[in-house]
Amino acid sequence: MNTTGSGSRWTSRGAVHALLLIASLYSLLPLVWLLTSSTKSLGDFSTTGAFALGGFHLWDNLGDLFAEEDGVFLDWVRNSLLYAGLGAVLGSLICAACGYAIAKLRFPGRRLLFAVTLAGVLVPTTALALPLYLLASQLRLVDTFWAVFIPLLTNPFGVYLARAYADAAIPDEVLEAARIDGAGELRIFFTVALPMMRPGVVTILLFQFVGIWNNFFLPLVMLTDPHLFPMNLGLFQWSSRVTQFPQYSPLVITGSLLAVVPLVAAFLLLQRQWRSGLASGSLK
Amino acid sequence: MTVLAPTTAEETRPPGAPAPGRPRRGGRAPLAALLLAGPFALLLLGTVLVPIGYALYLSLFTERLSGLGFDGPHDVFVWLGNYADVLGDGAFRDSVGNVAGYALVHVPLMLGIALVLALLLDSATVRLRQVWSLAVFLPYVVPGVIAGLIWAYLYSPNIGPLQDLLPWDPLGGNGVLPSLVTITTWQWTGYNMIIFYTALRTVPRDVLEAARVDGAGPLRTAWSVKVPTIRPTIFVALVFTVIGSLQLFTEPLVLRSFTGSVTSTWTPSLYVYEEAFISNDYGRAAAASMLLALASALLSALVMRLSARRSR
Repeated sequence: MNTTGSGSRWTSRGAVHALLLIASLYSLLPLVWLLTSSTKSLGDFSTTGAFALGGFHLWDNLGDLFAEEDGVFLDWVRNSLLYAGLGAVLGSLICAACGYAIAKLRFPGRRLLFAVTLAGVLVPTTALALPLYLLASQLRLVDTFWAVFIPLLTNPFGVYLARAYADAAIPDEVLEAARIDGAGELRIFFTVALPMMRPGVVTILLFQFVGIWNNFFLPLVMLTDPHLFPMNLGLFQWSSRVTQFPQYSPLVITGSLLAVVPLVAAFLLLQRQWRSGLASGSLK
Repeated sequence: MTVLAPTTAEETRPPGAPAPGRPRRGGRAPLAALLLAGPFALLLLGTVLVPIGYALYLSLFTERLSGLGFDGPHDVFVWLGNYADVLGDGAFRDSVGNVAGYALVHVPLMLGIALVLALLLDSATVRLRQVWSLAVFLPYVVPGVIAGLIWAYLYSPNIGPLQDLLPWDPLGGNGVLPSLVTITTWQWTGYNMIIFYTALRTVPRDVLEAARVDGAGPLRTAWSVKVPTIRPTIFVALVFTVIGSLQLFTEPLVLRSFTGSVTSTWTPSLYVYEEAFISNDYGRAAAASMLLALASALLSALVMRLSARRSR
């Protein structure tokens, strides 16, 4: 098959797979390095090859990681889970409700809301950091959980996707039937519309989880108390000491592994969900 | 895809079909809409619109000590003075130059690779599509800080192998730009590849069949049939990538711990951070933020215009 035409040599099966293999190696080798390096002691780290294995010290490294600074890393894990977990659940529900309202209900200001939402997608978050910080400081929210949590709930792209899902997945007849049965609009949203939008909402939730988990600028600006840090801010702070104190390297690397593993696992397990969600959402 | 040219429900409704969600039974729908859309509208107002307005306000003032300085500092309205200061600042102009050079390499390279990989995945000869696409996608889930750290170690002499393998000195003055491109291309290729691949799956199979019957080979079909069909998706990805490139912040900040070659104002976002939180010059930082937002808006508008012209 596919051996006709001028490009047959380059699209031959071998060449196609060779290119995919190169791309996969580029993508995976740094992660393999993270895995092998987190098993090394500080001595092996600088003396063994990058991908070679030294003595197996993963458990020692993990022990050191959770013992450092009276176990502050455990706080960082908890904080990341709270910011991203609660934020994604609440944020995706807010997106779903708003996207559904824009797609299926008529209310004054609907078009304006959607236009502003689309503009909101394009606003650079680094331009918002300073005014958000100053507003938070006037509200006495700087260096609190809320200073990071609330701004990250806002997900205009999620609303855009939710509107697309609602438009595609919910026939107006179903809503009409529910209204004729006497169900209230809120009840219709929660019991009829939301289940129909489920694959889309799971996709928004997953990507918002990643977005919050990986967000760095906002916690960097808002937080000074290490006990409120998410994992990546804490690891960044430790990494800035590495050149002076090399003993931080195993901690930073093992901690990085722990920050990556849950996300990789989530995306592997929920593959079918987010693949179909992306397909139905981005292609309207 | 309809990000910037939304077709609303009314426009897509078949003629004669009832208007969706027309308020019934004494205006309950507007109340429900308020409850459903309200939380997001409030968030959008409080965390995007008000901050933008506040940044605009701040950018027009500067803090001066009055008279002999006994009264403490107070804000003085300076018109566009802060903007003139920022644009006249060599450090800011350097940061714009750096990010422009970075974007000129990163944007075409990353989107080009993503498109080629998506076309390869979509070609008939490929086995194990799921495995390849997942492998290339995985770096997307790695936080920017951690991506920066992994690559910083890989670039470090005596620790990573790349110092010896790369044709440039990855942590040297001229090497930082290609090193950053390598990191962010690693992070974003897979995500965009999946977006493109998903779009390619919707190209009607009979169109592809017709092209094959007309004697078009796989390359010809890819370039003349598949790519034009998903052009709107490509332009949307282009907008997001350009905006993302302008905001480059985390990766260069992480590299700063490993090399002196990245200055504290290497990108405009680093410049904003430095002016706001190290120098505490809020007026100047706000002006730089507004310039960043303005540049994003103008570039997105430009790309969307280009896309509209291409699709007639």
